[in-house]
Amino acid sequence: MRALALLALLAAPAWAAKISELEESGWRQQLERFFRFGDPAVVYALSRAILLGLVSGLLGAFIVLRGMSLMGDTLGHAVLPGVAAAFMVTGQKAMVPLMVGASLAGVLGTGAVWAVRRYSRLKEDAAMGLVLSSFFALGIVLLTRIQKSESGAQSGLDRFLFGQAATLGLNDVIILALVTVFCLGLVGLLFKELTVTSFDPVFAASIGLPVGWLNALLMGLVTLAVVASIPAVGVVLVSAMLITPAATAQLLSRRMPTMLAWSAVIGVLSGALGALFSFLARGMPTGPCMVLAASCFFLAAYLLAPERGLLIRAWRRAMRRHRTERENLVKSIYRSQEDRDGAEWITLDELARDRRESVSDLSGRVRGLGPLVIVSSDRVRLSDEGRALAERLVRNHRLWELFLTREADIAHDHVHRDAEEIEHILPAEVVARLEELLEAPTTDPHGRPIPR
Amino acid sequence: MSQPPAVEVHDLTVTYERRPVLWNIDLSIPDRQLVGIVGPNGAGKSTLIKAIMGLLPASSGWVKIYGEPYEKQRSKVGYVPQRDTVDWDFPVTVEDVVMMGRYGKMGLFKRPGPEDRAVVLECLEKVGMAGFAKRQIGNLSGGQQQRVFLARALAQDSHIYLMDEPFVGVDAATEAAIVTLLEEMREKGRLAMVVHHDLDSAREYFDSILLLNMRVVACGPTEQVFTSELLRKTYGGRLTILSDVSEAVAQAQR
Repeated sequence: MRALALLALLAAPAWAAKISELEESGWRQQLERFFRFGDPAVVYALSRAILLGLVSGLLGAFIVLRGMSLMGDTLGHAVLPGVAAAFMVTGQKAMVPLMVGASLAGVLGTGAVWAVRRYSRLKEDAAMGLVLSSFFALGIVLLTRIQKSESGAQSGLDRFLFGQAATLGLNDVIILALVTVFCLGLVGLLFKELTVTSFDPVFAASIGLPVGWLNALLMGLVTLAVVASIPAVGVVLVSAMLITPAATAQLLSRRMPTMLAWSAVIGVLSGALGALFSFLARGMPTGPCMVLAASCFFLAAYLLAPERGLLIRAWRRAMRRHRTERENLVKSIYRSQEDRDGAEWITLDELARDRRESVSDLSGRVRGLGPLVIVSSDRVRLSDEGRALAERLVRNHRLWELFLTREADIAHDHVHRDAEEIEHILPAEVVARLEELLEAPTTDPHGRPIPR
Repeated sequence: MSQPPAVEVHDLTVTYERRPVLWNIDLSIPDRQLVGIVGPNGAGKSTLIKAIMGLLPASSGWVKIYGEPYEKQRSKVGYVPQRDTVDWDFPVTVEDVVMMGRYGKMGLFKRPGPEDRAVVLECLEKVGMAGFAKRQIGNLSGGQQQRVFLARALAQDSHIYLMDEPFVGVDAATEAAIVTLLEEMREKGRLAMVVHHDLDSAREYFDSILLLNMRVVACGPTEQVFTSELLRKTYGGRLTILSDVSEAVAQAQR
C-alpha cells in the first residue's frame, strides 16, 4: 500500500489539479483559449512562469559563472522537507507558511553542506550530494505521511515535486512578482560588486568589498527565488531553470550585461513556452515543459552560437580545408611548371602524374579553380591571379623551411610537412619579418628558388 | 617626525587550515624601491602578501601601512593576484577587468564615469594593450593576461603594489614591459613587493630582497642579502623542521 502511494506520488501529473480537464476540447480550442488570456488561471500560470523564468535566469547567470550549479540543485531538493513540515504544522497550504518552511529548510541545507565540508575531508560535490539526497528523502517520507492522513487528500502538495503553474492563484503571482522585483533591484544596484566577486573574489576582498556578505546575499536571493518558483517548477527540476538559461547565455555573450540579458530572456521564453505546452497537453506538469523548452534553447545555442557554436565551427573548418585544397592544387601546377624548366602549359596527364592521382579525379577540380587557371582542352596554365597566389604560397613555404633549418636548427628532412600547413596561414607581417630576419634569401634549404 | 615605513609587519603568524604557514614575521619596508619576495615552494610568499592585505586572519601580530591599519589604507595598496586564480572564460572584456581596479575608489552602488574610463584607457596604453580593450579575456595569451592584471593594478593608482608571480609564464616582451613599469613605479616613489621565483633575474630586477621560508630569513639590499650562506639557509634543509612542526600543530587540532 505504502509503495503504491509513493508510486502515485511520483506520477504527480495524475494527481495534479488540472484546469484544462474541465472541458474536453481539441488542442486548437485550447490554443485559442490560451491566447485569449480571458481565463484568469491561464493568465496567472503564464505570468508566474514568465516571472520565475526572469528571476532564475538573472540569478542563474551568477551561479553558473561561480561554478555553483550544483548548489541550485541542492537547494531545490533541500526545501522539500520544509514544505512538508510547514503543512504538518499549519494544516493548510497557505503560501506564506510554506515559503517560510521552505526557506528555513533551504538555509539549513546550505548550512549542512558548509558544515560537512568544514569538519570532514569530503569535497564539495560529495557534501552536496549527501545533503541533497537525505533532505529529499526526508521530504518524500513526510509528504507520503501527509497524503495518507485525512487532511492530505486535497493537500495538493505533490505538485511541489514537478510543479503545476495552472493551479496557482493571484496571491502566488503577487508573491513571485515581489520576489522578482526585489532580486532585480538588488542585482541592478550591486551589479559591479557581484561581477567582481564572481570573477576574482580575492581581488574583490583586497579592495575592501564584503565578499562574504555578498556571497551570503546571493545565496539568500537564490533561495528566495527557488522557494518562490517551486510550486510552478517543482523541487526536482527547479535548478534547471537556474542553470540552463544561464549556460545558454554564456555561449552567446562576451560581456556580463549581455549575458544577464540573454539569460533573462531565455528564462522568460522557456517559462512562457512551458506554461503554454503544459496547458495544451492538459495538465502536463509545468516544470518539465519549461525545462525542456530551456534545453531546446541550449541545444540551439550549442550548435548555432555565432562564435562558439559547433556547426559554425565545423563549417569554418570545412571552408578552411576546402581553401587549403584549392591552394595546394594551384601550388602543384606551379611546381609542375617549375620542374619542367618554367614551361607555361602543363598537360593534365603531367599534373596527375606529379600529384599521383588519376586524370579523371583531377580535371573537374582543376576546372573548379575558375579564374585562377586557364584551361585549354587537356592543358592548363596559371592565370596572373593564380600565379600570384602560387608564388605567395611557395614563398611562405620556403621561407618557413629556411627559418626552421637556419634559426631553429631543425634538420632539412623534417621541415617540409610543417611548412605544408604553415604556408596557408602565415600572416603578411610575419612573412615580412621572416624576410628581414633571413636577409631576403633567394633559395630554400633544398636549393630551390624562393619567389619574390 | 619621520614618515612611518610603507609596510610594517610585527610578529605576524598566519595559520591556513589549522597549519601555521608564516611564523613571527617582522618587516619594516620603506617605499621608493622594488622588493623581491623570494623563497622555495610552500615558503608562504603568496600567503604573506595576502596577510598584509588582511585577507587571511592572523593568529598573532599586526600589519601597518604608512603607520595605519590596512583597513584605513586600502586605497594605497594595489594587488596583482596570480594569473591562474581566475576563470579566463568569464564574460568580461579587457576593459571591464581593468575597470575593476577603479571599483575600490568608486564606492558601493556607483557606476564608472568618463574619468574612470579615461584612466582605464591610459593604463591599457601603458601596458601596450589599448588595442585589445574590447576583446573578451578568453582570447588572450598568457603574457597579455598578465598585462591586463597589471593594468588593473595601475588603475588602482596606489602607493604600494603587491604582485604575486607576475613573471610566471609570460613572453620576453611582457617581461621587459613589466620591468619598465616597475622602474617607473620606483621613480614615482612607489613601493612594489613582487613574489618571484627566479634567483638570477631577482638579483637583477630588485633593489631589496626578502628571503622567506615560513619566516623571514633575511630582508635588505639585494647585494647584502644575496649571499650563498643566506640562500642556503632559505633553500636548505634546516628550515624544513618548521613545516614538520606545522604539520604536528595541524595534527594536534584535528
